[in-house]
Amino acid sequence: MAITMTESAARHVAANLRKRGKGIGLRLGVRTSGCSGLAYKLEYADEVRPEDAQFESHGVRIVVDPKSLPYLEGTQLDFSREGLNEGFKFNNPNVRDSCGCGESFNV
Amino acid sequence: MALFQISEPDQSPLPHAKRRAVGIDLGTTNSLVATVRDGVAVVLCDDAGRPLVPSVVRYGEHATEVGYDALAHAADDPHDTIASAKRLMGRGLADVASGQRRAYRFVDGEGVIRMATRSGAKTPIEVSAEILKTLRARAEASLGGALDGAVVTVPAYFDDAQRQATKDAATLAGVPVVRLLNEPTAAAIAYGLDNAAEGTYAVFDLGGGTFDISILRLTRGVFEVLATNGDSALGGDDFDHAIVDWARDESRLPALSAVDARRLLARAREAKELLTQHDAAPLIVSFADGARLELTLSRETFGRLTHALVAKTLVPVSRALRDAKLTASDIKGVVLVGGATRMPQIRHAVAACFGQAPLTNLDPDEVVALGAAIQANKLVGNRDGDDWLLLDVIPLSLGIETMGGLVEKIVPRNSTIPVVRAQDFTTFKDGQAAMALHVLQGEREKVSDCRSLARFELRGIPPMTAGAARIRVSFDVDADGLLSVSAREQTTGVEASIAVKPSYGLTDAEIARMLQDSFAHATDDAAARTLAETRVEAQRMVTATESALAADAALLAPQERNAIDHALAEVQRRLEGDDRDALSAAVSALNAASEGFAAKRMDRSVAQALAGKRVDAFDSR
Repeated sequence: MAITMTESAARHVAANLRKRGKGIGLRLGVRTSGCSGLAYKLEYADEVRPEDAQFESHGVRIVVDPKSLPYLEGTQLDFSREGLNEGFKFNNPNVRDSCGCGESFNV
Repeated sequence: MALFQISEPDQSPLPHAKRRAVGIDLGTTNSLVATVRDGVAVVLCDDAGRPLVPSVVRYGEHATEVGYDALAHAADDPHDTIASAKRLMGRGLADVASGQRRAYRFVDGEGVIRMATRSGAKTPIEVSAEILKTLRARAEASLGGALDGAVVTVPAYFDDAQRQATKDAATLAGVPVVRLLNEPTAAAIAYGLDNAAEGTYAVFDLGGGTFDISILRLTRGVFEVLATNGDSALGGDDFDHAIVDWARDESRLPALSAVDARRLLARAREAKELLTQHDAAPLIVSFADGARLELTLSRETFGRLTHALVAKTLVPVSRALRDAKLTASDIKGVVLVGGATRMPQIRHAVAACFGQAPLTNLDPDEVVALGAAIQANKLVGNRDGDDWLLLDVIPLSLGIETMGGLVEKIVPRNSTIPVVRAQDFTTFKDGQAAMALHVLQGEREKVSDCRSLARFELRGIPPMTAGAARIRVSFDVDADGLLSVSAREQTTGVEASIAVKPSYGLTDAEIARMLQDSFAHATDDAAARTLAETRVEAQRMVTATESALAADAALLAPQERNAIDHALAEVQRRLEGDDRDALSAAVSALNAASEGFAAKRMDRSVAQALAGKRVDAFDSR
């Protein structure tokens, strides 16, 4: 199972990386906290650590640490615009339930 | 489903912890709101993708319109459509009545300027609040909830009254201001962080209505503002007016109605913007009575028309450099801010002045809002592990009135803020029980030439001889540039203080002019100060001699008394005039004449103190 992103998400990540001027790709992860158990991490990646799993989607590199990988298997990252608001969405098949706003979740 | 933003490595926010922070550039002509999204500062656009909100408010029949909707009615509904309200912030009617071309119906009241509209009389604060409300609504729609913090920028030259007015407008609009930030400093943040630049930089900000020049030093991410200068009544608007004046002269236009004047001004502005890219621009206006104006403005003509305006921007530049004790060759880069810096003649003049092409890689309209957004993002706590520090300066010296109508400066101009400065003062008369403190802002030596900020009184000073009391006056300027002053009598601890609630426009001091005047009148001011100081000394001498005479006249022989009376009369006569040297000589003569008298009084008090005491009581043990 891979971790992927949609074309529009990849376009946005690539554009942001260009503006930021450094970084090799995107780091996804989870950590424990938040009102429903787990929370996503979505960060620029400046380096690949030896233990990281690596994926590539529409030309953008995605790195995930091994402890997070089980929670994220099969996730597709999407970019979405809702009115004037815009941002990234995790389409994660592992999620059983999440808090009202979706910032934290359980598997 | 929540929408996520990309964070810097290891800085993913906790769930629900991401704080919504924005930077707001509340401009004279256009306003913007920006935020940090995916780690990059971006300007928030409306649903039509437009980043700017024209700083125009129209009080319509049914609703209040802001921005492009209001601007569209500027020509046909001039009285109820308010533009450039920022120029009126913290000002009284007396400040704008002279020579400013305005189509509004001003109403005066309590020193605050008001404009009559169909929704009632509106202050510039209320007009600005409408613009801020629009920006707030856009930001909330964009960020998905209520704002946690906003940084609003103001020109470096804004005085305390104008800064307070800006804060009031934000409060009225429900914008949670965490910091007011000088516009050039915000621009430096946008450039400094994005480009990791080090060295000494100049920020040249020619906006719609104000001109600021700032000299900044950037070292390893630490900003220090070395000097600021500018002209709070010079901006892109003046270039529009230059075109209007030219069109009137060219076609011998009769006096125009308010509607036609607005229409001509709008076309003039379009022509100006076209000339940035083209060598010539048409100026075509259809007036209400059917008359039509058709002219072509070439870039050369425009350059000639505005030559004086361009030259006017270079005067504050050399002053700021002088204040920073630098020359143009010390400046490593020049940052351009404000839409008016797109004009080729400005870019050429700046390049010639500093001997290098200015930096323009960020949009000059957006750079201030972007910097403010970065600062806001940091202040609300979205970034940590970040140690850059921001140093800002106060634009004009702060001080208090002393005897003789002189200003004693306590916090000098260009001090970095926040700053606390204290100075000790004393009483002028024997038994003086109260002291009036008059807080002033400005560079001139005389009270009448500076701007009055506040007055308060310190009461309950215990009776002491003149000069014995120690009254410490402290000035505290916070990070927003707002001032509080306190006075404390050191022996008893009685204290009085005031937070400067600036008297909006009650005095007519206009900040740029004040600064220029202080340079122009430096010699007169120095002379006025020495005269006033001599007067105070003479007055003190007269009072002391009179009270001594009243107490101990019996000690004097008739001819001694005569000499003192004569010298005293001479001092009093000279006090009436303006001849400082003669007054000084008369004071010396009185000193000489009363020397013997003073010695006799001293001998007698010593004799009284010693009388009836045994010598061994004074033994040094």
